[in-house]
Amino acid sequence: MTSVDLYRTVRLIRRFEERAIEFVRSGEIVGGIHPYIGEEAVAAGVCAALRPDDLITSTHRGHGHVLAKGVNPARMFAELMGRESGLNKGRGGSMHAADFGLGILGANAIVGAAGSIATGAAWAHRRRGRDVVAVSFFGDGAMNEGMLLEAFNLAALWHVPVLFVCENNGYATTMPVAGAVAGSITGRARAFGIPAFTIDGQDPEKVLAATTAAVQRARAGKGPTFLECLTHRLDAHHTFEHRARLSYRSAEELSAGWSRDPVEIQGARLAAEDRAAVDAEVEALLDAAAGIALGSAHPDPAAALEYLYASPEVMR
Amino acid sequence: MPKLSYLKALNRALGDEMAADSDVFVLGEDIRVAASNLTAGLFDRFGPERVLDTPLSEQAFTNFATGAALAGMRPVIEFQIPSLLFLVFEQIANQAHKFSLMTGGQCKVPVTYVVPGSGSRTGWAGQHSDHPYSLFAHVGVKTVVPATPADAYGLLLSAIRDDDPVVVFAPSGALGVREDVDFSTLAPVPLGVGRIARSGSDVTVVALGHLVQDALAVADELAGEGVSVEVFDPRTVYPLDVEGLAASVARTRRLVVIDDSNRTSGFGAEVLAVAAERFDLAAPPRRVTRPDGAVLPFALALDRAVQPGRDQLLAAVRGVLTSGGHR
Ligand SMILES: Cc1ncc(C[n+]2csc(CCOP(=O)(O)OP(=O)(O)O)c2C)c(N)n1
Repeated sequence: MTSVDLYRTVRLIRRFEERAIEFVRSGEIVGGIHPYIGEEAVAAGVCAALRPDDLITSTHRGHGHVLAKGVNPARMFAELMGRESGLNKGRGGSMHAADFGLGILGANAIVGAAGSIATGAAWAHRRRGRDVVAVSFFGDGAMNEGMLLEAFNLAALWHVPVLFVCENNGYATTMPVAGAVAGSITGRARAFGIPAFTIDGQDPEKVLAATTAAVQRARAGKGPTFLECLTHRLDAHHTFEHRARLSYRSAEELSAGWSRDPVEIQGARLAAEDRAAVDAEVEALLDAAAGIALGSAHPDPAAALEYLYASPEVMR
Repeated sequence: MPKLSYLKALNRALGDEMAADSDVFVLGEDIRVAASNLTAGLFDRFGPERVLDTPLSEQAFTNFATGAALAGMRPVIEFQIPSLLFLVFEQIANQAHKFSLMTGGQCKVPVTYVVPGSGSRTGWAGQHSDHPYSLFAHVGVKTVVPATPADAYGLLLSAIRDDDPVVVFAPSGALGVREDVDFSTLAPVPLGVGRIARSGSDVTVVALGHLVQDALAVADELAGEGVSVEVFDPRTVYPLDVEGLAASVARTRRLVVIDDSNRTSGFGAEVLAVAAERFDLAAPPRRVTRPDGAVLPFALALDRAVQPGRDQLLAAVRGVLTSGGHR
C-alpha cells in the first residue's frame, strides 16, 4: 500500500461524504447521515492492512469503513438514496450498509453491538480452517456498553483473531469522553489481557503500521488486539445537528481539529501533480457514481418485505 | 416399543444433527457437563469446539452466534432460564432477525435458541417462570413450542436446519413427558404445520406445549359427558398454521384457546383475532391465559392460580358449548 493509495482512500471518503451531505440537503438522501469527516485516516489505515477476505463490522458512522474496504461508490450512493441498485437493494440505508462479498458484515446502528458479531464470525472462520481476521470499528461511546466488554472477554479467552478499533473522536453525540469513561479506554481492554495501544488516528500511515502488526498477531493465532485511535469528528454528529443547533464544543476546539486534517496530512506526502491527479480521478469516479445512483430505480413498494426471511415463507 | 422422553428427544435431535452437519455447534452456560441434560453426552462425542461452554455473557454470546452464522455456521444456543431471553431480546429481535432484510438478502442467520424449561418450574418464582413465546411471534421470529417427544425431536431438527433464527421453547411441564416411539420413525417436523392431537366434532381447543396434555385430559373428561372435543396443537406459534386451524374450526364451529402467556397481545389473542377475521363460529370464542401482566408468585397455590389450568379450560369449553346457537 503506497502513500498515493492511502491518499486516494482518505480523499475518496472525504469527497463522498461532502457529496452525500449535499444530497441530504437536496432531499435525495432522506433521513440524514452521520458524517465521518475528520476521521478518514482510521478507516483508510485499518482497511489498507486487510486482505479482501478479511471481515469488518461497522457503525452508524460507517461510510468511511465501507468505502475503504472497497465498495463501489455508485452502489453506496444508491443505497443512501434507497435505490434498488444499492448495496443492500435500498433495504438498509446509511446505517446498515453491507457487502458480504467484500467481507463487510454490515454497519450496525446499535452502539457496541457488532463487537461480538465480529468475534463470532472470526471464530467461525478459524474453526473452518481459514486464517481470516475480523475488525470491529466502534466509537468511544461504545466503551460503556456492557455487551462490548463481554465481547472482549470472549475474544481474549478464546484467542479469536479479531481487532477492536476504537475511534475516539472525543464525543458520544454531545457527551465528552471525560464525562463518560471512568478509568481509561485502553485500560478496559488490558483488563481482559488484550494488548491495547493508543495511536494517532489522524495519520493514515501510523494507523496502517499499527494495524499491520495487530493483524499479523491475530493471524499467528495470538488473539485480539485493541487500537484506540485518537481522532476528530470535524462535522456534526448527524446532519440533523445543524437544525438542532446543538452547542457542545468550541470553535477553537474545532479549528484545532482542522489543523490536523488527515486529508492534508496524507496529501502533503505527495508531489503536487500526483495529488492533483488523484483528486481529479476521485472527482470523476464520484461524478459517475452519483450519476448512476441518481439514475437508478426505486424499489417496488409491493416488495417492501422482500428478504425478511432467508428461507421461503408465506406470511400474512 | 422404547419409551422416549421429551428432554431425551431434544438431546437426540441435537446429537443427530451435529453428527450430520459439522457446521452445527452448541453454546451456552454449563453445557459441557450438561447441567440441564439437553447436551448430555455431546461434549464427549464432539469436543470443546462444538460444545462451547460460555462465560455468563448472554448478550455477547448471542451476537457471537449471529456472527458465526454469518460466517456459515449453524449455532444452537441453550439458555438456562427463560428470562434470559429478555436480556437478549435486542440481539435476537433487533440483530439476528433483521439482518436478512436490512442487507437486501445478502446473508442468512440460522441460529437456534433453545430454552429447556420455560414457563413455571414450580417453586422458582417470579424471575424464572416466564414463557415469552408471544413476544417473539410478535416481532416475527419463528417460534416453536413442541408438545410431544416426537415433535420435540422433529421440530428441533427443523429449527436447526432452517435458514432463519428460530426460538424453541421446551416447557418445563413437558420435559418429563414420555411416549412410545419407534426410533426409526423419528423425522423432521416442518415449521408452521399443526396437528390434530385428538379429533372431535363439537369444539376445537387450541393448546401448545405442556398444555396439550391438559387439553387432552379435559377432552377425556368431557367425553364422559357426551361432548366431543378436538384438540389442535399448532406446534409453531409463528408462523401459525391458519389453514390447519381453519379446517378444524370448519368442522366444530366452536373455539377455545389455552395459552400460557399473558392475556393482552398474547398468542391467545392472536388466535381469537384470526377466528374473528376468518371463521364462521356458532358461539363467541374464548381464551384461557395467564392474567394481564402476570408475574408468577412463589407460593405453590398462587403459582398455580396464575397459570391457565384444566378447571378454567373446562369452564371455558362448557361456556362456548352453551352460548351461541345450538350444536
Ligand atoms: C445502544 C445504543 N444507545 C444509544 C444509541 C443512540 N446513539 C447513536 S450514535 C450515539 C453516539 C455514539 O458515540 P460513539 O460510540 O462515541 O460514536 P461516534 O458517534 O462518536 O462515532 C448514540 C448515543 C444507539 N444507537 N445505540
